[in-house]
Amino acid sequence: MRWFKRWYGANPLHLLAMFGCVTLTGYAGGALLQVKPVEVLIWFIAAVVGHDLVLFPLYVLADRSVTTVFRHRPPNLPAVPWINYLRVPTALSGMLLLIWFPLIFRIPSHFPRTTDLSLNPYLGHWLAVTGVLFLLSAAAFAVRLRPGHRGRGTAGHRRPTASQMVIPPERAAPAAQAQPARPWPEPPSRPPWTEPTDHPPWPDARRPR
Amino acid sequence: MKDPSGPPGPSRRSFWRSPIRGPWLTSVLGLLLLLSIPVMFATGLLSYAAYNPDLSPLNDTTPDKGPLGFYLFSWPTHPYWLYRLTQGVHVTLGLALVPIVLFKMWSVLPKLFEWPPLRSFAHALERLSLFLVVGGAGFEFATGILNIQTWYPFPASFYTLHFYGAWVFIAGLVVHVTVKFPVMIRALRSRGFIAEMRTNLAHTRPEPPDAGYLAPVAPAAPTISRRGVLAFAGAGSALVALLSVGQSLGGVFRQTALLAPHDQPVTGADAGTVGDFQVNNTARNARISVVETGEKWRLSVGTDDQGGQAPALLSRADLLRMEQHTASLPIACVEGWSTDNQTWTGVRLRDLAALSGVASPSSVLVRSLQASGGFNRAVLSGTQIMDPDSLLALRVNGADLSLDHGYPARVIVPNNPGVHNTKWVSSLTFRS
Repeated sequence: MRWFKRWYGANPLHLLAMFGCVTLTGYAGGALLQVKPVEVLIWFIAAVVGHDLVLFPLYVLADRSVTTVFRHRPPNLPAVPWINYLRVPTALSGMLLLIWFPLIFRIPSHFPRTTDLSLNPYLGHWLAVTGVLFLLSAAAFAVRLRPGHRGRGTAGHRRPTASQMVIPPERAAPAAQAQPARPWPEPPSRPPWTEPTDHPPWPDARRPR
Repeated sequence: MKDPSGPPGPSRRSFWRSPIRGPWLTSVLGLLLLLSIPVMFATGLLSYAAYNPDLSPLNDTTPDKGPLGFYLFSWPTHPYWLYRLTQGVHVTLGLALVPIVLFKMWSVLPKLFEWPPLRSFAHALERLSLFLVVGGAGFEFATGILNIQTWYPFPASFYTLHFYGAWVFIAGLVVHVTVKFPVMIRALRSRGFIAEMRTNLAHTRPEPPDAGYLAPVAPAAPTISRRGVLAFAGAGSALVALLSVGQSLGGVFRQTALLAPHDQPVTGADAGTVGDFQVNNTARNARISVVETGEKWRLSVGTDDQGGQAPALLSRADLLRMEQHTASLPIACVEGWSTDNQTWTGVRLRDLAALSGVASPSSVLVRSLQASGGFNRAVLSGTQIMDPDSLLALRVNGADLSLDHGYPARVIVPNNPGVHNTKWVSSLTFRS
């Protein structure tokens, strides 16, 4: 058995599962590729890279751009973490667009002729939902900003009570506990999971850089 | 686990800075998908069975299925709302899973660039199975979501792509789950879920680097907690579901379906009448003319027994003189939308079978006046013919059928997919 593991890299059950997978894929994939195999394969590969190489770079770019632009804000603004109040409505609206773009952009289809329904309302619906999402987010942010709110001016929410501080690093990371002072190339300072939990290890977003 | 000495860039673990990315978060998202995707697969397989593909090649949209049709069974007529439920779940759940899938893909992104790319035979095969899982998921979601918007930019028949694509996806998924299930359980146990739900941003710490490849070795300061990410994904799911489920629930909920294909009140001739419910094949689309549905129309009722009697030709008046029955049944589409129960009145299919001289039919071929296009013919099973609520409907909700609802006569069978409730019926050919 050990020679097998060394040669193959996993136990025989793994190979058995793989055989099943390859057989089923061979059969179903063969049927899938019967008509226009090249086009179908292109669709399949596009589905593989669509998120990782297209959507992901787009939303990282958007996130980074916004963070960079808003970093240079007047110093008298309160330091409530604001990014999620932009992120959440933008992402939810984006997901709705990703799903329903053929209706929203009125891409010519069989739809009006087969259903007798109009393609016109969807753009308006999407914009209205997007508007409501941003409005709700703005309202939540306003509540957060109001004078006297306990979370105001701190990097997080109110401090948890002792019973709520439930993720001491020793418990969250039993493996780390075994070797607490492992050398680690980066970051050079103490890794955050080894720090005590009663104050945030990361600099406040407002701290001058 | 060391930071592998891959080429600088995404192949190094230090490239990925998110402090919340890690095996625990991935496992929670994975568990959600592990619970939902079997429901998607099962309801999808049921939808294929609902077409009774074994009954006739005419019903079979994927005739090369071979052993993949191993589970097929004669589709029942009861409960009459079953297909409405299973297909509504299939489509609405599928839409609601889009945000979860996107978050899951984000959470495992570093693995795409893992270095070295292939460590062993086992690892190579495993990555191949991941190609099937990720590609299959994207392929299934894309074809399904475009199909319900009746936009067909894909290269072959939707049925072919979605059915075989599902099997390719499942083949990869079974391997992925086999390999990753123990990893998932270990990761889920590494942090208490309830504790994590009580951890705010200020107390959010990265998972330790030796928790797994996905844990960050050079984490940035967090901008969102783990519970925040899960709430984010959950809110996305809930929003997508809330804005579409109304097209399946019907009634007042249809107005809540602001982003779903069948969310609008009916326009055109049926607007404001008793026939005010959704259709997916208008008479205009099917090129049905008023002339062929008028006085000249005759229903041909016969058998496929060549030596038998000539088919009977019945006018609409003849049919109305036969014993009329009423059944309250919905229209449920493969695209997930459905209507509330409508009150259909017409002649029982089993009475028409008796008229043709076949007392216990095994099937009936229903032909439409629609000359071309998919589903202008369908074969119904003996069970479907003999159900007392299976009708050749002439009226709906107390009025004659409108042209869009299949005037002069249409089939309505309990628990039948919408496309098999043939409209503008021109002939019924029973087989004993």
